[in-house]
Amino acid sequence: MRSLIPVENEDVLSAIRGFLSQLLKAEVVDSVLVPMRTPTGAVTPALVSDAAFLEHADPLAPVMGLNAAPLAGRVSVREPRERVGVLLRPCELRALRELVKLQQASLDDLVTIGVDCLGTYDVSVYSAMRDDGGVDVTAYLATATSGDLVAAAGFAFRDGCQICEKPHAEGANITLELFGADLESGIPITLPDDVAHKLGLGAVAADRARPQVIEKVVAARTESRDERFSEIRERLDREGVQGVLASCVRCHNCMTVCPVCYCKTCLFRSQVFEHEPIQYANWARRKGAYRLPSDTMLFHLTRLNHMVLSCIGCGLCSSGCPADLPVGAVFRVIGQETQELFEYEPGRDVEEPLPLITFKEEEWMDVGEE
Amino acid sequence: MSDPACEAKPACEAKPACEAKPAYEAKPASPEPRFEPKIVAFLCNWCTYTGADLAGTSRIQYPPNVRIIRLMCSGSVDPTYVLKPLLDGADGVLIGGCHPGDCHYQSGNYKARRRTIALKEILRGAGIDETRVWLRWISASEGQRFADTVTEMTEFLREKGPNPMRTEWAV
Repeated sequence: MRSLIPVENEDVLSAIRGFLSQLLKAEVVDSVLVPMRTPTGAVTPALVSDAAFLEHADPLAPVMGLNAAPLAGRVSVREPRERVGVLLRPCELRALRELVKLQQASLDDLVTIGVDCLGTYDVSVYSAMRDDGGVDVTAYLATATSGDLVAAAGFAFRDGCQICEKPHAEGANITLELFGADLESGIPITLPDDVAHKLGLGAVAADRARPQVIEKVVAARTESRDERFSEIRERLDREGVQGVLASCVRCHNCMTVCPVCYCKTCLFRSQVFEHEPIQYANWARRKGAYRLPSDTMLFHLTRLNHMVLSCIGCGLCSSGCPADLPVGAVFRVIGQETQELFEYEPGRDVEEPLPLITFKEEEWMDVGEE
Repeated sequence: MSDPACEAKPACEAKPACEAKPAYEAKPASPEPRFEPKIVAFLCNWCTYTGADLAGTSRIQYPPNVRIIRLMCSGSVDPTYVLKPLLDGADGVLIGGCHPGDCHYQSGNYKARRRTIALKEILRGAGIDETRVWLRWISASEGQRFADTVTEMTEFLREKGPNPMRTEWAV
């Protein structure tokens, strides 16, 4: 059912807090996983079971330090568990679907609440903005109405956001539809009829500009994406991945923040690359010089092979990189090419099997027969 | 058996150790030794490894450029197994498995096929020569096909030249 969350005094944030609080009070869910503001102003997800704490909820804060999908997995993956409402951005929703396929999350007792994303800042940029007098939430929300997703003057959105062509929430149980909305008069929402009934929300057939605004946003973002992709493709063709990612210090941040890189027994967290001292000497002698820490390209190429088909493009790997490498863009470029081979779009549908765990007998019949 | 390969003189007969050329004899005139590619081969226990075994017991000659690692199934070849030798300077990597429909574990080779296709696409996308990776279905009875494959791959890699990663230290 399509409805409208009423907004009083143009206070959109309070309206969303009120809505989440109602979800708890009407026992639609037992708790909600939502971005919260700490006493010192940082923003972090928290699992909230007491509605009184939702006064600290800040789902509109334009900052993304992590992808909350693995956290949604953490609170849902096995029984016993509670019924949890998870408020997620579109890239987090896509990551959650991949985690469900990887058996790291379960949708059985989750109520997903998708919110259209207007672009996010890196944590360091967001801190600078706070020091600079704070974020103008009214201006930020106004970009949702127009569809001109611009960053605040003097600041830039995260790399991943700048080339994200899927900023609109799709396929969640409940969707807060910010795009094209006149938010001062109410927040358009799509939700199941029984939930609407419990919350006392009636159907509102408002005239919606959302499809047109999404079309505009997607077109603009697709253009920036294609521009960035061709720049990265050109660099990869010229320098190879070992050139583009040459400054890698193998800190594994990209792997740690990656929402779909889930293995608990990862090869690169093991002792496999710790060798006897004489072994390094032998390798150095063989090539004349031997890069340390070793196996940086093996790390990236292995990660590409293990997860690029599930790369949902949140770009947190780039955000987390201390060397400021375009890891996310490289993964998205190579990911797009590889995903096209299998006609696979990560995060689209939980029913779509992962390309590497499924197969057809009659495919690529010429491979291996040469 | 009238297979001509079977009639080839085995290497040990051609040059027994006791008759090896004495060390003081003049070296060949060519100053450039022929480039000998190194191939790392991951062969499945049930088909290709047994095929390689058959090539040996049938005394079929093939180039000694291949280093064989036996695995239970081509489906157990993690991409890392292929990437590590390639980045360390091996000139080629061969993955050998059972023909489609013949996998001892029903579907391992079908998964290997998809994984290899993805791996080669990623290598290509990353600017690394993906033609150095070969996937071949060779059954336990195809000793000749195994020898032919190794011969063909050795010739292909000899033509191509050494893997640039042999001297690339910064990877």
